[in-house]
Amino acid sequence: MKINAKGVYYRDLNQRIREAVAAGAEKIELTNVNGQYYIGDGINRPVTITIHGVPGNDLAAFMNGATIVVKDNGQDNIGNTMNAGKVVVHGHAGDVLGYGMRGGKLHILKDVGYRVGIHMKSFRENRPVLIAGGNAGDFFGEYMAGGVLILLGMFSDNPDKPKHGFRFGTGMHGGVIYVRGPVDESKLAREVGVFEPTAEDRKELEEYLKDYCKDFKLDLNDVLKEKFVKIIPKSTRPYGNMYCTMPR
Amino acid sequence: MKNKLKPTHYFEKDISNCGLTGLISKTGQLVEGSVIIKSITLMHDRGNGLGGGFAAYGIYPEYKDFFALHLMYENGQALQLTEEYLENNFFIEQGEDIPTRRISAINNPPVFKRYFVKPMQNAEYDDAIECKKITDEDEVVNHVMRINNEIEGAFVVSSGKNMGAFKGVGYPEELAEFFRLEEYKGYIWTGHNRFPTNTPGWWGGAHPFTLLDWSIVHNGEISSYGINKRYLEMYGYLCTMLTDTEVVAYMLDLLIRKHGLTPELASLALAPPFWDTIDALPREERELLTAIRQVYGSALLNGPFAILFASNKGLIGLNDRVKLRPLVCAEKGDCVYMASEEAAIREICPSPERVWAPRGGEPVIAMLNQGVN
Repeated sequence: MKINAKGVYYRDLNQRIREAVAAGAEKIELTNVNGQYYIGDGINRPVTITIHGVPGNDLAAFMNGATIVVKDNGQDNIGNTMNAGKVVVHGHAGDVLGYGMRGGKLHILKDVGYRVGIHMKSFRENRPVLIAGGNAGDFFGEYMAGGVLILLGMFSDNPDKPKHGFRFGTGMHGGVIYVRGPVDESKLAREVGVFEPTAEDRKELEEYLKDYCKDFKLDLNDVLKEKFVKIIPKSTRPYGNMYCTMPR
Repeated sequence: MKNKLKPTHYFEKDISNCGLTGLISKTGQLVEGSVIIKSITLMHDRGNGLGGGFAAYGIYPEYKDFFALHLMYENGQALQLTEEYLENNFFIEQGEDIPTRRISAINNPPVFKRYFVKPMQNAEYDDAIECKKITDEDEVVNHVMRINNEIEGAFVVSSGKNMGAFKGVGYPEELAEFFRLEEYKGYIWTGHNRFPTNTPGWWGGAHPFTLLDWSIVHNGEISSYGINKRYLEMYGYLCTMLTDTEVVAYMLDLLIRKHGLTPELASLALAPPFWDTIDALPREERELLTAIRQVYGSALLNGPFAILFASNKGLIGLNDRVKLRPLVCAEKGDCVYMASEEAAIREICPSPERVWAPRGGEPVIAMLNQGVN
């Protein structure tokens, strides 16, 4: 089913999407999208929504099992508190991606903004994965509590910019970040350390990247050509002693 | 008896958070007002109807050698006193109503007039120019401060040459209709959709804030307002608009026009890198930034912000150092666009050659090409 979103107010557009989902649509194609907020929010069925144009902020918030494919760039706050499903963005995306994300996948082809993966978390089989193919801004993985963040630094529109910004992993206390090629250790927060991925890590990483490459028709071997490093927190309670010593 | 639970509050989220947009044609091509209206209207939901406004450059070519004073009057007495004041201090080439349109969305607007003026060349003026090394611009700043401060109910909305600000209470698209903005053409435009957080939503408090040809639109809050305001007061700038953003306009006038800083250096003074970043830089850069932070500590803007500031020479976008407010930029041909959301740019420039998000504290500087204007 196709919906022409040209000039349609976000509430009306989302109402039409929800009605289509409720009526059992499996594929929904949105054309001429530009800036409409909240697309795909809270959708509980495994429907595929393809978006032509730039969707507005808070795409796929609270999404639970649907797939969203954005053929253009994305904006801020994609995948806020997302539970399950997948978002694929064939361009760049903005700040605060995957905020408190609890499951599912977020695949961005190019650059991402500030605070990507902020407070992602995981529980048992729910393990969110966010992969950014370009460069990232400051505070990558801020307050991260679980899940997997992967930064490739390969497909940037701004190759003159550093691969990642300052305060990388500030407050991180769970989960794992993989970065293709070296990281600038002077920009890492003191809460995190750099490690070699283990054989098991590499296997897991390869699985995630295989799926990513499939989405964008990339060659996995190209992506795996460089070594990856693994960044994990040194402590699960980085601020335990900030205000007073915790009783033992 | 069944105890029926009632919701404790209204759960629908208010998504407002201020929106801004701006564009420049670096070759000085005039762009119709309808373009910026279209862009800011896309971000309608970022505001809440308590403020909207626009700044336009290149709109008064027939009076380009005169300072264009846009005045807002809350009452008849303010108008009378201000006009007397202007007659005593300025040569007035032309004075007229700013054309407006009666629309239902805009209630009880103040009266808007504009005057194309030059400082009066009397003995006092000659003395100031020759002995005190005061410029025409200094004279105008002086008078703007006096009108805003001393005449109850009169406010200078803008005071630059060949430019003007149009602002008030309402959504930006409503104010555009009220001010007949589609009738103007400019080579730089900025637009703002306001969601007032901790200062009143009144006609003078809408963005842009201006002084001479400086204009600022801002999304965020300047928590260093008190420090900035007291610093500016030492140089004769008086804050009268009840809103934090006002300090940015005066600060740029001080740093760039008075102290001769480049726009790059002024941006560094407003949003300097953190000390640990500065300490890691090569010696020359480290010394420069250390000097800037030491000399202009009171000019530093603390708190989250994305601002666009414009002058007759160009358009500059700047974020706070940790990028707590959105800002996206794009280029196509001779045009540079800057906005809170990429969609607001794509609405008026569907396929830009380049779209990027500047990093925190990294100014995006788009000046008119050499020789234009």
